[in-house]
Amino acid sequence: MTSQSNSMVAGRIDRQAVAGLQALLSTMNVAPGRVNAANSLVPFEKLENIHFARFVILDDQTYNDLQLFGLHRDYPLYLAFLCDFDGDLEEFFNDLVRYAGPGLRRLFSFCEDFTESTDLLQWMRDHNRTAATSYVNWRGRTVKQIHEEAKLRQAIDAYLEANDSTFASQPAELTRLQLRQFVDREIAAERLTLTPPPPTPLSAKIANALHPIGVVILILLVGVPVLLLVIFRIRSEEKSAPVYAPPPTPEHVRDLAILEDYESTNQFSVIGSLQPGLARRWVVSFVLWVVQFTALHIYNQGWLARVRTIHFARWVFLDDKQRIYFASNYDGSLDSYMDDFINKVGFGLNLVFSNSIGYPATRWLLLDGASDEQKFKYVLRRHQLPTQVWYNAHPGITAIELERNGLIRQGLEAATLSEEAAREWVRLL
Amino acid sequence: MPTTPIDPKDVQGLVRFGHGRLTEACYLLLRIRDRAAARAWCAVAPVTTAEVQKPLPEVALQVAFTAAGLRELGVSPTILAGFSAEFQSGIAGDENRSRRLGDIGKSAPANWDWGWRGKEPHAVVMLFALPGLLAGWRAKVESPVFHAAFETLACLPTSDLKNHEPFGFRDGVSQPEIDWPRQRTAAGNEVTYTNIVSVGEFLLGYPNEYGKYTDRPLLNPASEGADELLPAEDDAGKMDLGRNGTYLVMRQLEQDVRGFWKFLDGAAKSDAPERLRLAQAMVGRTTEGQPLVPLSETPIPGIDDSPQDPANNFTYDGDPNGTSCPFGAHVRRANPRNVDLPGQPRCWFTRLRRMLAFVPKAFRYDVTASTRFHRILRRGREYGPLLTIADAVSPAPAGDPKRGLQFLCLNANITRQFEFVQNAWLMSTKFNALSEESDPLLGNRAPVGDCPYTGNFSLPREAAPRQVLTGLPQFIAVRGGAYFFLPSLRALRYFSKAATQSR
Repeated sequence: MTSQSNSMVAGRIDRQAVAGLQALLSTMNVAPGRVNAANSLVPFEKLENIHFARFVILDDQTYNDLQLFGLHRDYPLYLAFLCDFDGDLEEFFNDLVRYAGPGLRRLFSFCEDFTESTDLLQWMRDHNRTAATSYVNWRGRTVKQIHEEAKLRQAIDAYLEANDSTFASQPAELTRLQLRQFVDREIAAERLTLTPPPPTPLSAKIANALHPIGVVILILLVGVPVLLLVIFRIRSEEKSAPVYAPPPTPEHVRDLAILEDYESTNQFSVIGSLQPGLARRWVVSFVLWVVQFTALHIYNQGWLARVRTIHFARWVFLDDKQRIYFASNYDGSLDSYMDDFINKVGFGLNLVFSNSIGYPATRWLLLDGASDEQKFKYVLRRHQLPTQVWYNAHPGITAIELERNGLIRQGLEAATLSEEAAREWVRLL
Repeated sequence: MPTTPIDPKDVQGLVRFGHGRLTEACYLLLRIRDRAAARAWCAVAPVTTAEVQKPLPEVALQVAFTAAGLRELGVSPTILAGFSAEFQSGIAGDENRSRRLGDIGKSAPANWDWGWRGKEPHAVVMLFALPGLLAGWRAKVESPVFHAAFETLACLPTSDLKNHEPFGFRDGVSQPEIDWPRQRTAAGNEVTYTNIVSVGEFLLGYPNEYGKYTDRPLLNPASEGADELLPAEDDAGKMDLGRNGTYLVMRQLEQDVRGFWKFLDGAAKSDAPERLRLAQAMVGRTTEGQPLVPLSETPIPGIDDSPQDPANNFTYDGDPNGTSCPFGAHVRRANPRNVDLPGQPRCWFTRLRRMLAFVPKAFRYDVTASTRFHRILRRGREYGPLLTIADAVSPAPAGDPKRGLQFLCLNANITRQFEFVQNAWLMSTKFNALSEESDPLLGNRAPVGDCPYTGNFSLPREAAPRQVLTGLPQFIAVRGGAYFFLPSLRALRYFSKAATQSR
């Protein structure tokens, strides 16, 4: 199994530099919200292991809210470059330097501590922010596999269309076997490729098996005190924590909407300030750690609780855990995404986001909050940041379609299937 | 929370009645010529209310305003800012909205007959009358003060196709049942399907399906004219300009009836029963409106389960593979009839398991958003003459008249209701884990990402790969559209008086 990793290289920039940086970033797009995958700065199409990438200027539009909460914090401005990719970080950074070295140097030269003599590779290593939690829709599914399986489905589709009368009235298992013969012929003719997944090293298998045991012990050890903290501390804070949820301004919405809905997947970048106090800090760290555990060991094949539309997502702490940044790549429009948030995993969103200032009032961290639908949507939209450059290696394919393509391949490769199972399989086609 | 009864005399009749008896109707799209005259007309407009009249009325009138119209009436910018963002921006005001609604290419606002640039209406006056009475009613409504107030941009006609839309299918069969007595308390994670919908989904000023009050302009009681209004239930000390009002979405959809039947005739190789079968699969009901799935054995709240023609007491729970009614059928997309939490969990433990998705999952399990947050009240009417299937497949005569639907719907939150249904369920090529196909009737067939074709329609089969129709052309084109505010009678009086800003 090839595991997926992520990077977030973030450098501080001066406000004076923003306009110039935005102008340079816009040269990577054919139009706002639509990247040129062959752009000369970072030619994403040559970086074959990338699933998603983005450049985003972390410029919090809601900074002035802090005053309403009596907080005085001084946040730097960052240029962040995020990637979700197959394989390990070091190899990926080497690829970046190889294929996009000069372009990245031009982009990062807008950062305060990047000079002509800076070693790009070392600078990226030093400025990489590890995510507190990262979610991968399907652990082990590589970009290569995605493209191969998409081609497989297309080939089967075309073959079915041409031979519909044959398949309409015969046993499903016979259809499956005939399709396998067809696919074998296509593979032999080198029109299709289905690369077998690399074996998982024994050490990784052992680590994967031991990790849950260790974590469960830790959750019990750490979780019980945190739970007590929540009950006695957070609950009293919740009752008095002010909600600040005015509608976003039309200008802000326009700046975001111009980047959205060109294909079936969208990007989301949101930033917020944590409420003051150690209790909140501990709670959010603990919750994100639990989410990371579930993302590794439970929700690692297509489902994040009930949500099936998120390809990659992550939470990253900034500025000594005073702020938190959330980035995701999701299917559908923002409204359907937030609808999923509210109706399917509101409790999970509450657990994390309610520790930020302004969020709709929660009870016991889990309840209410997101179900204050309009306020929740306002808060998220207000805290959302325009993503200046966004790259998706497989535009127009949803996470559910990726799962289906995988199931088609899996069924095809099975030695025999019962007629019942074969029927279920042909209905996927 | 006080649950005061809703005053039907303050609500426009269109929210409660479709005026079905009044088979003649037209929609006057208006621009305000003179502010003072327009306000004077608002004060005397013969608006039909939701009160049951005896004897039944012979004519009816409803009125609604766009954001530009309210501005033109002199409503202050701060009050306008209290209306929803999508209403203020308008249906054609933003390219992202057009993308989401599928209003691109042939259906792009730039190609509309009305609703765009200089042709944006300020108001719509909807006139309804018994057969033969419409012309007289219109003449009476178009009084001197009306003429002084408004310039008529267009008069959108309607025709009575006996409850059928131009493709030939029974229309308007399924409607949500509004909880007028205010007895519904919506809970989270509902597990039983109901057709009863909180009144706040269709009228502003009342709790919606989240138990919350949808944002709308709330006024300081001391401000001029505010004494005309009712107080806000959720904000003591504020007067509610939205209360008993709602938003009206209007879209003129031109239907290529000949194109529709000719395509199906080709797909069915001119076999008439097969042609009908494919058409019914695309719609999801028979031409007379009968569902393609078996009726529900248990009663559904808010749906009459006495034998009805056409029947409406069904869900898709008994058709998990889409072999009776295809997943992509128009009515299955527009109203999936599902619940918040699938699988009908009975105890807290199974509920928790469902919530955390710790259950064996079929591929299509739980992919569609819960229906109750996305209901609309349809009030549209057809236009153009009837065309039989036999005529539709023959060559068109010279000067073949246009046919289509004047689509009207009411909802309290345009983004969550109309726009969501249009975007996520109808135009989306990914609805219900499908690919390469949008709504078979409404889709614009535009490419999505690397997927170059979206003109498919698939009919699942139990033991074989789905049957696929390919190359569906675009059967409907949007000819115009606007978002309106349908005010309460009190709000209308407020507009007639309180708008005091001078030009």
